[in-house]
Amino acid sequence: MAVLNEEQSMLRDMAREWAVNESPVNAWRKVRDAGLDFDASKWAEMGQMGWTGIIVPEEFGGTDFGWMSLGLVVEELGKTLTASPLVASSLAASAIALGGSQAQKEKYLPQLASGELIGTLAFDEGPRHRGAVAETSVSGGKLSGTKSFVHEANGAGLFIVLASDGVCLVEKGEGVSLSDRELVDRRDHAEVTFASAQAEKLADGGDNLAEAILDRARILTAAEMLGMAQSVFDTTLAYLKQRVQFNQVLSTFQALQHRMAGLYTDLELMRTAVEAGLTALDTGFKVPEAACLAKARANDVLHLMSREGIQLHGGVGMTDEYDVGFYLKRARVLEASWGSSGFLKDRHARLNGY
Amino acid sequence: MATAAGTRPDDDLETFRGEVKAFLKANFPDELKGKGNALRSVDGPTEENEAEKAWRVAMGSRGWGTPTWPKQYGGGGLSKKQARVLEQEMAMAGAWNPIGGMGVMMFGPTLLEYGNEAQKQEHIPPICRGEIRWCQGYSEPNAGSDLANLQTFAEDRGDHYVVNGQKTWTSGGQWADKCFCLVRTDRSDKHKGISFLLIDMDAPGVEVRPIQMISGMSPFCETFFTDVQVPKENLVGEEGQGWNIGKRLLQHERTNISGGGAAMLNAQPLSKIAKDYLGTDENGQLADADLRGRIADYEIAWNTFLLTARRAIEESKAQGGVSEISSILKNVGSKLGQQRAELLIEIMGFRGLGWEGEGFTQKELEHVRGWLFGKATTIYGGSTEIQNNIIAKRILGMLDHQ
Repeated sequence: MAVLNEEQSMLRDMAREWAVNESPVNAWRKVRDAGLDFDASKWAEMGQMGWTGIIVPEEFGGTDFGWMSLGLVVEELGKTLTASPLVASSLAASAIALGGSQAQKEKYLPQLASGELIGTLAFDEGPRHRGAVAETSVSGGKLSGTKSFVHEANGAGLFIVLASDGVCLVEKGEGVSLSDRELVDRRDHAEVTFASAQAEKLADGGDNLAEAILDRARILTAAEMLGMAQSVFDTTLAYLKQRVQFNQVLSTFQALQHRMAGLYTDLELMRTAVEAGLTALDTGFKVPEAACLAKARANDVLHLMSREGIQLHGGVGMTDEYDVGFYLKRARVLEASWGSSGFLKDRHARLNGY
Repeated sequence: MATAAGTRPDDDLETFRGEVKAFLKANFPDELKGKGNALRSVDGPTEENEAEKAWRVAMGSRGWGTPTWPKQYGGGGLSKKQARVLEQEMAMAGAWNPIGGMGVMMFGPTLLEYGNEAQKQEHIPPICRGEIRWCQGYSEPNAGSDLANLQTFAEDRGDHYVVNGQKTWTSGGQWADKCFCLVRTDRSDKHKGISFLLIDMDAPGVEVRPIQMISGMSPFCETFFTDVQVPKENLVGEEGQGWNIGKRLLQHERTNISGGGAAMLNAQPLSKIAKDYLGTDENGQLADADLRGRIADYEIAWNTFLLTARRAIEESKAQGGVSEISSILKNVGSKLGQQRAELLIEIMGFRGLGWEGEGFTQKELEHVRGWLFGKATTIYGGSTEIQNNIIAKRILGMLDHQ
């Protein structure tokens, strides 16, 4: 665990308490069974607690607590699989903070910071993330193209869209149509088609704006994955300590102890990588490198953790009644988001000149 | 003169830096630039030339080879910040620390903690001056991972002990002057029957036989004790405290093994070496795509390890105790060191498998021996399996399987 300041410790404790009491995994089960994308009253609470504005500058209605602070909250929400557009909307806000004009910031950031407006990134155009490349085009302020598997698309009122010549803002409305994509995690995803939709360019972010936004997406997603991996590990360890076979508690078997020691080791390395990513965003030091490190580690460790979690639970781990299967399904969706490990290793090699 | 530890305020650091620069200019011989060898004090006999000797004496008399040890016992008495300045300036000048070995890495810190005043006065100053080499008498043929099963017996004969038994994997035993040893003083209790004893390697009845390893080197020995007389003053702590003192010493050892990776900090990146051997394609990418992916994977893992080591230090400082994650560092660091060595010889092809003679560069041959020697790192100092037992039991609270 990173060494936190007082403000961060309080925020983390508050988020942990809220997630455990107000948004346990059972709450997610109910949201799913009711066919909802997320619980709007819980989202409103997050707004009231200021979580929706953690990375928004104070002058635009946020708290400007920084990425480590947001990561701490996202990690706690990841632990209980809380369905909410917090990650997507924070990323949209960061895109505007990085590349928006004064007018764009004044118009959108206060609404995003309060949670009344939800934003999301619409970058990818196929089933696999390929980096900051897009065929979507803009002509005369009208944007056309199709974006695949957009997170939180139904809840969003504002899309940050990657076009071939830069990043644009598009409000939901005329020229924007959605087609749901029900993924295994049962969360809000859709294909979004833009047909001559009104678009404004984020013109102040420089040439690397799209990459900078993606690096933020990678690191913040990794923070959610960290919470999930921690939760699978804790749940599995607790299960091994109570399940009895051969008149023995499973945790007394050395074969299982060594697997758990290995997973603990991986989990701690993942924590280091994710926290280093959040720190890099706060300091601005070597962000692209740190994003590769955080997301690649998060992918690999959560992948293994989610598989081992099921295996070590045995048959009950495959039932809908137990939580561990939800983590497996959400894990794969996040692994595929903003770069697989193969993609990120390639990016690491390019950044290092080989 | 350097001033005492901790009393020097931060803004005086630059004055200290000046002192160090002047010292290095006056004392570090140009011909020794970059010729340091981290293993010199355990892996070979002492054959110093004039320049090496002068450099050791200069550093030793100032206590800067053991910069943060107390001045009263011959250490440098420097604060951590000053020690870092010393390290930085030495690195800039291509200078290296001539004072090392197990006395510095393991025995000294332990004796400073557990030894009595007379023992500290006798043993610490020669370590600081680099005059005495220590070796470790822990493992026995039937006491490896199960170290507490050791049987070497020290019989109480009033004013002295008589020691009989056999130790093994004694690193540098053939060149050591003294041995810090775990011996049994009571056969009725496995752990509380162990004591920590210091034995002169030239005492009558001590016999050392080097063991030839797969690397072709003989850095380890078997050590036999036959009716060896050891004065009672050489007992560290009380009789029966040996297990606790011995374990404390292992913490220093494990820190040093995982930190052994520090040598790799200055090593050439694998990707650079791979480009030299394999070449690149038209996009400037390493010609072997699979190897490229595995090198990237290794580098990401290695960077994560370095960050984790730093995190462990920061957490320990903030909590005022050893951070839980320290326990994973030995396993991770040693495994990654081996992974790097395997990648390195793969990159070099058959030139990465040379044993000796024509057709290989000196560097290639060193990499091969290093690869073989490195297999020891996941076995010694608490094997990977023992470390996993410790993690499962102490951190995860899984019940003892035994």
